[in-house]
Amino acid sequence: MTGPLQAVGWVVRRDLTLALRRRADVLTSLFFFVIVVSLFPLGVGPEMATLRTMGPGVVWVAALLASMLSLGRLFALDYLDGTLEQMLVAPYPLALLVLGKVGAHWLASGLPLVLIAPFLGLQFGLAASSLKVLMAALLLGTPTLSLLGAIGAALTLGLRGGGVLLALLVLPLYVPVLIFGAGAVESHAAGLGAQGHLSLLAAFLVLAAVFTPWATAVALRISLD
Amino acid sequence: MSARLEAVDLCCVRGDRRLFEQVGFRLEAGELLHVTGPNGAGKTTLLRMVCGLVRPEDGEVRWEGEPIRALGEEYLRHVTYLGHLNALKDELTPSENLRAGGTLDGSDTADERVDDALERMGLKGLDGVPAKVLSQGQKRRTALARLLISASPLWVLDEPFNALDRGAVETVREAVAGHIAKGGLALLTTHQEVPIAAGTVRSLALGT
Repeated sequence: MTGPLQAVGWVVRRDLTLALRRRADVLTSLFFFVIVVSLFPLGVGPEMATLRTMGPGVVWVAALLASMLSLGRLFALDYLDGTLEQMLVAPYPLALLVLGKVGAHWLASGLPLVLIAPFLGLQFGLAASSLKVLMAALLLGTPTLSLLGAIGAALTLGLRGGGVLLALLVLPLYVPVLIFGAGAVESHAAGLGAQGHLSLLAAFLVLAAVFTPWATAVALRISLD
Repeated sequence: MSARLEAVDLCCVRGDRRLFEQVGFRLEAGELLHVTGPNGAGKTTLLRMVCGLVRPEDGEVRWEGEPIRALGEEYLRHVTYLGHLNALKDELTPSENLRAGGTLDGSDTADERVDDALERMGLKGLDGVPAKVLSQGQKRRTALARLLISASPLWVLDEPFNALDRGAVETVREAVAGHIAKGGLALLTTHQEVPIAAGTVRSLALGT
C-alpha cells in the first residue's frame, strides 16, 4: 500500500513522462507565448520608451493566454480515457492527486515560460535587473494561474465549446495575478522596489495552493456524476 | 475477510428520466452479483453508484453497515473498479500502464507481480510497445491485468468480457472465480452467459 504522498509523487512522475512523450503539446503553448510576445514590438514599432513601458504587461498577458491554452488538456485526456474515473475511486484524497496533476502541468507548461521570458523581455529593452524581477514574478505567478485554471478546467470537462467557456470563467480570476505580476516590474523600474508586489504574488500562490485543489476536486466530482 | 456490501432502496434519476428505484441487494464475502438488464436499464450507473462516482437520488450504499459517503477513502481502499473505459495511456507501455493503474488502486506493483499478471493475460511479448499500437482486445487485457494484482476485496466490473477472445475470457473467469473462492466480493455486468463456478452467484435484473 502506497501512502498518499507517494501517490502524489507518482501522479507527477506519470504526467511528466506523458508530457515528455507528447512533446508537441507542450511546445505549441510555448511557441504561442513566444510568437504573441514577439508580435508586439513588430506591431508597435521600435520606439524604445513605449516598448519598455508596455513590455512587462505584454509578457504577462501572453503568459496568461498561453497558460489558458494548455489548461484544456489538464483533465480532458484523463477524462476521455477513464483515468480520471480511476482517480476518483482511488483510496487517496482527490485534492492531493489534483495538486500533483497541477504541479506536473506547471512543470511542463509553466516553467518553460518562466525560463524563456527573459529572452523575450530583451525585445522590449528591459534592463537586466528588470528581467530578474520579471522572472521572479512569473515564477511566483504562473503556478497560481495553473491552480486557478484547474477549477475552470474541471468545471468545463466534457462540455461542447468548453474552450471558450473556460476562457470566460478563468480569465477574470487571473486579473489580480496580472496586476501584481506586471506591476512588480513597473514598480522596480520606477525605483520603488518590487518587494511588495512579489510578496503579494507569493501570498496568492500559498492561498491558491491550499484552497483551489479542494474546489477542483469538488468540480471534478460534479463533472463525472 | 468478512466484508459486506449492501445497497438500500437505491433510486436513480438521469435528466428527467427515472432509471430505477427501490433497488437493493446484499452481498457477503464469497458472493458474486451478476447485474443484468437491457441497454439503458442503468447497469453502469448502478455500478458507478456502488463506487461512489454517482450520488443516488435516494437510498444509500453501505460497506459493513456504514454508508460509503461517510467512509470515503477508507471504503475506496477496498474497491477495484473497472469501467467501460480502459484507463490506459496511449503513450505508455502495457507494464507502465499496469503499474500506473495498480498504484492508483493501492495495489502492490512489484516488478515480478506486474510481469506475472501481464504474462497470464497473454501480453508477455508486447512490453516495450506503446498502448496505442495494441488492438482493442489487447488493450482490454491490459486493463484487466489490474485485477490480477489487486488486493481489494470488492471488484466492480463493468462488461469485463467486452472485446476479449475466448482464451482471455477464460483467464478473467478464473480470476473472478479465484477471487470469490478466497472470500472476495464481485459485482459484474455482462451480456454474455458467463457461468462462474465458485461461491454464491446472485443476480439482479434491472429494467424489468
